[in-house]
Amino acid sequence: MLEQSDKRLEIDTSLGFGKFNLEIQCELSLQGVTGLFGPSGSGKTTLLRILAGLENRSKGSVSYGGVIWQDSTVFIAPHLRSVGYVFQDARLFSHLDVEGNLRYADRRKIPKNRLITFSEAVSILQIDSLLHRETDSLSGGERQRVAIARSLLSQPELLLLDEPLGALDVVHKKEIFPYLQSLHRSFGIPTIYVSHSVTEMAQLADNMIMIDSGRINSIGSVSQVLGREALDWSVVPFEPVAILSVKVVEDFPALHLTRVAHGEQTLMVPSLKNVQPGDSIRLSVRATDVVLATSKPVDLSVRNVVLGQVKSVKTAPGTAFATVTVDVDGTCIPSQVTLEAIDELGIETGLPIYALIKTATFDRSFSGGLS
Amino acid sequence: MPDLGPLWLSLALAGVTTVILFFLGTPLAWWLSCTTSRLKPVIEAITALPLVLPPTVIGFYFLIALGPASPVGSFWLQVTGDALTFSFTGLVVASVIYSLPFMVQPLQNSFESIGVGPMEAAYTLNASRIDAFFSVVVPQARRGFITSAVLAFAHTIGEFGVVLMVGGNIPGQTKVISIAIYEHVETLNYADAHILSAGLLSFTFVVLFLVYAQRNGNRTHA
Repeated sequence: MLEQSDKRLEIDTSLGFGKFNLEIQCELSLQGVTGLFGPSGSGKTTLLRILAGLENRSKGSVSYGGVIWQDSTVFIAPHLRSVGYVFQDARLFSHLDVEGNLRYADRRKIPKNRLITFSEAVSILQIDSLLHRETDSLSGGERQRVAIARSLLSQPELLLLDEPLGALDVVHKKEIFPYLQSLHRSFGIPTIYVSHSVTEMAQLADNMIMIDSGRINSIGSVSQVLGREALDWSVVPFEPVAILSVKVVEDFPALHLTRVAHGEQTLMVPSLKNVQPGDSIRLSVRATDVVLATSKPVDLSVRNVVLGQVKSVKTAPGTAFATVTVDVDGTCIPSQVTLEAIDELGIETGLPIYALIKTATFDRSFSGGLS
Repeated sequence: MPDLGPLWLSLALAGVTTVILFFLGTPLAWWLSCTTSRLKPVIEAITALPLVLPPTVIGFYFLIALGPASPVGSFWLQVTGDALTFSFTGLVVASVIYSLPFMVQPLQNSFESIGVGPMEAAYTLNASRIDAFFSVVVPQARRGFITSAVLAFAHTIGEFGVVLMVGGNIPGQTKVISIAIYEHVETLNYADAHILSAGLLSFTFVVLFLVYAQRNGNRTHA
């Protein structure tokens, strides 16, 4: 395993395709998984391709760990950047079988980066039984697992994952998700993960960059970016979510529930696999799964009731809804409620309020399972 | 039994031409498959000319371009002491140009259908451009290479007009099988003309059959 590396990625680049123009300036300390998030067509893949050196028409500069990858005079070829890239469409070599694909990367590895051995890659991604299969006989999920293993075997210093779940149906997403979650924990390799799914971001990323129309919209830790009060969800075509950092308290196997603590308050969530009391995990909560009440409710099926304070009320012009942001022990939880309800309950900034969170919201956010 | 010299000469000419085209046509086809240059259609049109022009037109220009009075021809004469026209070497030069589209077009199609995806994947696995070409594109284009080589070979065997214009009819030098058949017919030696013609017909059919068989096999396999 590599030392926990903390390399800076400095990007100041632009690339135009007809009317679309990507312009990205940022400096990142690449620790853990950085999510690159934004709607389709916002330039996520293009930025990733620039980093990998696959867009030689890109202008400006990119440097990683003090090494200039490109600027006005230099352009380091992609094979000299030690970047691993997992494509959305896997791009396995059709003239080789699965083992041939893995050996291809293994033969070209950078010897000094000892990230993973052939047998580790095979066992972690569970491809022992696939080794002698032809690539065109694999399912979508199997292809991605092989592609991830192949990429790791080239011993990259930076791993770029371009929507590895994008082409998969729900069943196969569930199949891959645990592997993705364990990747960074197992190898400590800095990773940039592209996705347009809030849930994937919440589960996998530590920091994130949100881009929109080729520009950086916001940048920071996942809870900062997604929980940002100023985040204008109306321009970001995603449902508002909150990211709760919680600690595992106790598991109730008979009930298939786990109790977790958020500050002083506790929540019940569907059983978490492979976690120990004391582990820190992140949960995502959708605004549409949060109900507000001005007094503590009784006789309700909702198990999770937390007390907070109204931080802001934002109306969405032309709709019946407003987004009420509730501050619960420092975490912003958005809730989508009707304007009528706001009027009737007298919801305004500063009001103490109970947020009722449906347990099922966690079930969906864990659709991939937590390994 | 007719003299089989022309047959061996045809096979030698086709063999040498195919080998040269292999080295010439592969980079050209690769360049055409991935360039965005404005020159691309110009080069494509030039490459396709031999498909359309009567062999006599091409042969006529070769005769002028390779003749001892031309810069190329006189240079060759000075260096080697032999004229390019009416020689085996001249035939090879003419055949390379004449059969170029048969090498380049199937290869270009093959490269284009592979696309840049596998190359890019290879780059990100630390393969250099050359490495990626030989380790990914060449094996994936295997069928394209076979088709191209077979077509270029067979087309050179079947060449007549260009050979007649540039090479004439010198036994052991330029008298290839198609010229020999022509001569047998002219001298009313139908028996030998039959033997050579039937041989060439069967050979050509077998070659084309093999090409199409492996192409169809390719399709059902994919």
